[in-house]
Amino acid sequence: MTAASDVIIIGAGIAGSAAAFFLRQRGCSVTLIERGLAGQQASGVNFGNVRRQGRRLEHLALSNRASVSWRRMRELVGEDIEYIQEGHIRICYRDRPELLDNFAEYAGEARVRGLELEIVTGTALRQRFPFFGPDVLGGSYSALDGHANPRLVAPAFARAAKRNGAEVIENCEILQVEKAGEDFLASAADGRRFHAPILLVTAGAWGNRFSTQFGEPVPLVSHGPTMCVTEPVPYSIRCAVGVVTPVKEEDLYFRQIPRGNIIIGGGPRNPSYPDLCRAYVMPRNTLNQFKQLRRLAPELTRLNILRVWSGVEGYFPDEQPVMGPSRTTSGLYYAFGFSGGGFQLGPGVGDVMAELIATGQTTTPIDMFDIGRPALSATA
Amino acid sequence: MAGPRVIIIGAGPAGVRCAETLVAAGIRPTIIDEGRRDGGQIYRRQPDNFTRSYSTLYGTEAAKAAVLHSCFDALRERVDYLPETLVWNISERVVYALRLGKLVELPFDALVLCTGATDRLMPVKGWNFAGTYSLGGAQVALKSQACAIGRRTAFIGTGPLLYLVAAQYLKAGAGVAAVLDTSPWSLRLAALPKLLAMPRALFNGMALTLALRRAGVPMYNGVTPLEITGSGEGGVSGLSFKDARGQAHSLACDAVALGYHLRPETQLADLARCEFQFDAATRQWLPRIDPDGRSSVHGVYLAGDGARILGANAAEASGRLAALAVLKDSGHPVETDVVDGQRRILARLERFAQGLRQSFPWPAHFAANLPDDAVVCRCEAVTVGELRRVVAQTGATESNRAKAFSRVGMGRCQGRYCGNAAAEIIAHAADVPIDQVGRLRGQAPVKPLPIAIAEDGA
Ligand SMILES: Cc1cc2nc3c(=O)[nH]c(=O)nc-3n(C[C@H](O)[C@H](O)[C@H](O)COP(=O)(O)OP(=O)(O)OC[C@H]3O[C@@H](n4cnc5c(N)ncnc54)[C@H](O)[C@@H]3O)c2cc1C
Ligand SMILES: Cc1cc2nc3c(=O)[nH]c(=O)nc-3n(C[C@H](O)[C@H](O)[C@H](O)COP(=O)(O)OP(=O)(O)OC[C@H]3O[C@@H](n4cnc5c(N)ncnc54)[C@H](O)[C@@H]3O)c2cc1C
Repeated sequence: MTAASDVIIIGAGIAGSAAAFFLRQRGCSVTLIERGLAGQQASGVNFGNVRRQGRRLEHLALSNRASVSWRRMRELVGEDIEYIQEGHIRICYRDRPELLDNFAEYAGEARVRGLELEIVTGTALRQRFPFFGPDVLGGSYSALDGHANPRLVAPAFARAAKRNGAEVIENCEILQVEKAGEDFLASAADGRRFHAPILLVTAGAWGNRFSTQFGEPVPLVSHGPTMCVTEPVPYSIRCAVGVVTPVKEEDLYFRQIPRGNIIIGGGPRNPSYPDLCRAYVMPRNTLNQFKQLRRLAPELTRLNILRVWSGVEGYFPDEQPVMGPSRTTSGLYYAFGFSGGGFQLGPGVGDVMAELIATGQTTTPIDMFDIGRPALSATA
Repeated sequence: MAGPRVIIIGAGPAGVRCAETLVAAGIRPTIIDEGRRDGGQIYRRQPDNFTRSYSTLYGTEAAKAAVLHSCFDALRERVDYLPETLVWNISERVVYALRLGKLVELPFDALVLCTGATDRLMPVKGWNFAGTYSLGGAQVALKSQACAIGRRTAFIGTGPLLYLVAAQYLKAGAGVAAVLDTSPWSLRLAALPKLLAMPRALFNGMALTLALRRAGVPMYNGVTPLEITGSGEGGVSGLSFKDARGQAHSLACDAVALGYHLRPETQLADLARCEFQFDAATRQWLPRIDPDGRSSVHGVYLAGDGARILGANAAEASGRLAALAVLKDSGHPVETDVVDGQRRILARLERFAQGLRQSFPWPAHFAANLPDDAVVCRCEAVTVGELRRVVAQTGATESNRAKAFSRVGMGRCQGRYCGNAAAEIIAHAADVPIDQVGRLRGQAPVKPLPIAIAEDGA
């Protein structure tokens, strides 16, 4: 059996699900194919930061575009995905005062690009963020950033796409893709075949498998970020918090959800096994988070953690995704390898890829994400 | 030191006999247990300052308890024993434990998991009121604290523990409001040939029932629980149920102990990445093991109720077998008739355990009839109705998926108490076979872990 549509999308993480949703808005017929269940991989297990500040300046346009969707999410997908826009603060410690200057410089550049940031130090910092430890020097606060429940977002996009007429096929692993004449032919492990004139690969940490089939292998590796969650305590920390530091061990972030639990992430990453679709938390990394928390927010160290987890995320050497058209094959598009930051970008990625596929161009610049960029070929 | 580094987790009958067998072969194992004293669940020793006699504490099992305790005492110099030590993770051949607030890391060559069992629970409307305990919890209160969970406790559920704990309460002078068994009598008669594999255990069970009857405790079989009544402030005030003929009853009580036989404590096996398989007879997932307790992971072994619910005597045999497997796999000579002897004991006990399963089945069908406003996950306060809504609206028919959308199993207990029942509710609501619902993946830590651990430890 072969099923036909305008666009085949491989991978129903947040990128693929959002792309399916926005392609339907533009009237394209879509078949969204997922090996497991929508949002079951990185998109469903990430930290949930919906953060723009701190991203590279040239990525802010895409990030801003995503931000617009985040704020309209309930209206777009028709359900609550627990987006909480209560701000995001990045801080630095006293031993690196130069980072405060960087914050200020970044804030100036970001403002030009539509992102308002506020530098907070001294008593203002202590009053507004009483949970910080004495070693925290100051921070950069972004009022219009926030966090959301990753478990809900990609599935909500996939369901909304389906309601709007997309074909969503779960539990279907695509093994092989090829271009036969004008059409792409995608063959699944269960024997099903799908064809369409356009193919979009949003296969996350597994994207390389498909780009390779079109002569474009890329140096994508996978790691598992370290996460844990505390028992619930009264809801008092509304904003998401993160540390800026060049030292990997000192990297730490947390957010509290209205239910009361505090979700903690950061620090060295864990081994990840894309073939098993699993990444296992090394206990040392959890213990490192405990140690770092003492410095960042000492009061939180009175709590217990209930659970640790990780997930399979694809990283490129320059920590930027591949996004845009293939260089070898017309009608083929990529959006994968979000290198640790694709949750916030997700709705923007879907929106931009739909625009690119439907109109042939994008109003948001994405050329730095080209699959042919030197950073990818050098190490490939 | 020569020989493999062997770690045994659990100092119950399985762990103690495993250690004894290893020591006899010249190995010095490390035994870790969360409890303050050895003995495990059934033979748990009382705190040092208590002086109750063996027969008060262990009743008909007093002699066996005494033998196991003295066996352990004799081993003390030849094992490394870490009591009050909770193993919270296993990773890359290292056991991570919490001992008196400090981190302990222990690398191993062989690991024997003898982690025992906990109550298997089915929700009933109102079980979230204060005063509702598992049968095991009710027993622990009596055994280690010498106090009852209430002045008038109703016992409901099924399994040998139902009668045992009720009888222990009676003997301790605590009020027993009723003993309500969800399994009909007819099943026990049908299982009689299998139960006769252990005539003494059968006799003991009948004696307990008789003692309860003689004391005038109301006893029913084949009941359907309806509701535990009470209030948020006052806790439990009563219990209502339907008897085998369908007639409704209610009774007054200030505490309820409930449980539906046992489930193996398999989180550590999961963290050690052992494979699991679905066991149709008990409708639950069990670690895959060979007849001697070898798991699918090289160097990881399982014994006792943590592998299969076969009871305390079987735990001793399977503990010995696991030790023999460790010895054999590490190149020690092992006599085959010793192995065969333990396997034969295990086979007889397996027959008895089958009889128990048949007599006291897990009432899977209750899940279908639970009212929407009953709570299924007590940690996260998620109702049955909410879980059903998630299944219907999102198409989540797999346990972990339903957990992601509903929070069922996301709390402190990590689904230990609600997982079995939630799976039944999902299976019924989605109309899929229970094995397709899968099982909640184990995630560290096994129990809530203090963030302050790093301070004292590393
Ligand atoms: C633990 C963790 C924490 C993170 N924290 C954050 C954060 O706070 N903020 C943030 O912005 N980002 C964060 N990230 C990164 C973010 O989660 C990812 O960048 C983003 O989810 C990637 O989305 P995706 O759709 O590209 O990939 P995925 O969600 O991985 O989706 C790819 C999908 O493709 C499917 N697929 C693969 N191969 C095939 C095939 N052959 N056939 C069919 N389907 C296939 C997969 O099953 C998968 O569902 C984190 C990531 C992890 C793992
Ligand atoms: C609540 C309850 C009450 C029971 N009462 C009776 C009874 O009265 N009579 C009867 O015949 N049978 C009873 N049983 C059944 C009986 O306990 C078992 O058949 C028998 O104890 C099994 O022995 P075992 O060695 O496999 O496990 P257990 O005796 O249960 O020992 C397991 C040990 O492992 C330890 N452990 C588990 N996980 C960890 C961890 N992560 N870190 C550190 N230590 C850990 C526990 O603290 C425990 O001491 C009861 C079972 C339960 C659950």
